[in-house]
Amino acid sequence: MSGWLTSVIALVVGDREADRVVPPTGFTATLTVFTSAAMAFLAVFALALSLATDRLADRWAAELARTSTLRISAPAGQLGPQTEAALRLLETTPGVASARALTTEEQRDLLTPWFGAELPLETLPIPQLIEIVEEGDGYDPTGLRARLQAEVPGAVLDDHTRWREPLVEAASRLRGLGIVSLVLIGGATAAMITLAAQAALAANAQVIRVLRLVGAQDAYIARAFVRRFTLRAMAGAAIGMLAGLLGILLLPRADIAGGFLTGLGFRGTGWLLPLLIPPLAGVVAFFATRSAALRSLKEQS
Amino acid sequence: MIELRDVAYTYGRGELFAGINLTLAPGSFHFLTGPSGAGKTTFLKLCYGELISTHGTVSLFGKDVRDMTRDDVALSRRRIGVVHQDCQFLDHLPVSENVALPLTASGRHAEIEPNLSDLLGWVGLSGQAAQRPPQLSGGERQRAALARAVITSPDVIIADEPTGNIDWEMSQRLLTLLVELNRMGKAVMVATHDLNLIRAAKAQVQARVLRLKDRQLQAAGADL
Ligand SMILES: Nc1ncnc2c1ncn2[C@@H]1O[C@H](COP(=O)(O)OP(=O)(O)O)[C@@H](O)[C@H]1O
Ligand SMILES: [Mg+2]
Repeated sequence: MSGWLTSVIALVVGDREADRVVPPTGFTATLTVFTSAAMAFLAVFALALSLATDRLADRWAAELARTSTLRISAPAGQLGPQTEAALRLLETTPGVASARALTTEEQRDLLTPWFGAELPLETLPIPQLIEIVEEGDGYDPTGLRARLQAEVPGAVLDDHTRWREPLVEAASRLRGLGIVSLVLIGGATAAMITLAAQAALAANAQVIRVLRLVGAQDAYIARAFVRRFTLRAMAGAAIGMLAGLLGILLLPRADIAGGFLTGLGFRGTGWLLPLLIPPLAGVVAFFATRSAALRSLKEQS
Repeated sequence: MIELRDVAYTYGRGELFAGINLTLAPGSFHFLTGPSGAGKTTFLKLCYGELISTHGTVSLFGKDVRDMTRDDVALSRRRIGVVHQDCQFLDHLPVSENVALPLTASGRHAEIEPNLSDLLGWVGLSGQAAQRPPQLSGGERQRAALARAVITSPDVIIADEPTGNIDWEMSQRLLTLLVELNRMGKAVMVATHDLNLIRAAKAQVQARVLRLKDRQLQAAGADL
């Protein structure tokens, strides 16, 4: 167990001697740098997706849970009294912070997008809307519906849960997909680096033979490859991460709309998370190369 | 230090040799001769654990090679300096780093500086220290291989035809180096066709001459 620990230390301290024994060139170098750059680039977006959907889920859940709407449809004469009755009832309902009947102007504003500004609202049988703001854990919708049915026959309670839940559900599914993507990207990186390391080990069979001849132990030989692949993976991941961040920085900003697509960036300390990608790529490369090297040294003996 | 008991080896079609008993003791000096293809190289590979005997036991420093892990073999290689017949180097590193490689690979960095330039001077490669192995001539490569084999001051030195491509004067120098190391108590084993070299050595040290012939290891006749 102290074997890999000393490897990590030698790596961090930077034993430059260790990888000189392996020829520095080769196709696998480019392959490793390119792969980890591409993977880091994708990881930045998967991370942004996860964080954005996380925020979205929170916001939707918070916003939609706090308000609901009561709609009262009644013949012209009854609309006023029923509204009053509903407001009185809501005042005494636990979990309701406030209830307020929308003014004619507000209702007109709501309908303008569909019917135009010239709508003669007063002459139409338009339902009255009451906006309910909840407090604490909110009210009990079933109980409220029962009381409304008895006292305000024209009232329909729209507590948003019907369409809120699938939205929150979708957002948290997306967040989960983002996390799964990150894990898959990590796994794919490990696989690619394992293949590249195996190719390098096979290509350097002669080097390994010479090292064995002069009494190098497996750990020493493995370290030469591990150090090189770890540094390459980290360098590639740093390039990919910067490119990914640049891509996200260049996304159009439209905070007013607050839409999902325009909200894909990082916020505040969230910008620090992508910085973890290169070291993580290094850790993945370290273990992938190490196990590939030790395995192939065992087979080549 | 190296002991062979009733050893036989085959690459699969008939035994190259069989029933071999030999001990390489500290301070001993052996020559190994025999016709080409008799199995000299194979025999030496058994002596440093590169091959495992198909019959009998080979023990390195008291341990049966069969029971050793790869890392155990690596550790005993540090006590056995080997000059390969086909001198294998790391072609991307300069000669000086190749010669120092046994010290580098065993973490003995402090010993490089005091030994390297003297040794390169002795084998006549001071001027080639910065060149890459592929730029060297055959003889220069053999000298570099010998320098690499002895830089750790190993207990045993095994050389496979180390003077094949080297002029007489230089091979005398290399022989002197081996004789000096032998006088320090190191066991030396040299496979060679060069009878003049053997005669020159016998003038300086007590050397046994062995001959691989007809699947047997025999003491060579008095004609040497
Ligand atoms: N790796 C190998 N596989 C099969 N046969 C081999 C191998 N190495 C050597 N031989 C055969 O074994 C015999 C002895 O080879 P070697 O030990 O190199 O002899 P020498 O060094 O005395 O010339 C030769 O006939 C050679 O062809
Ligand atoms: Mg030979």
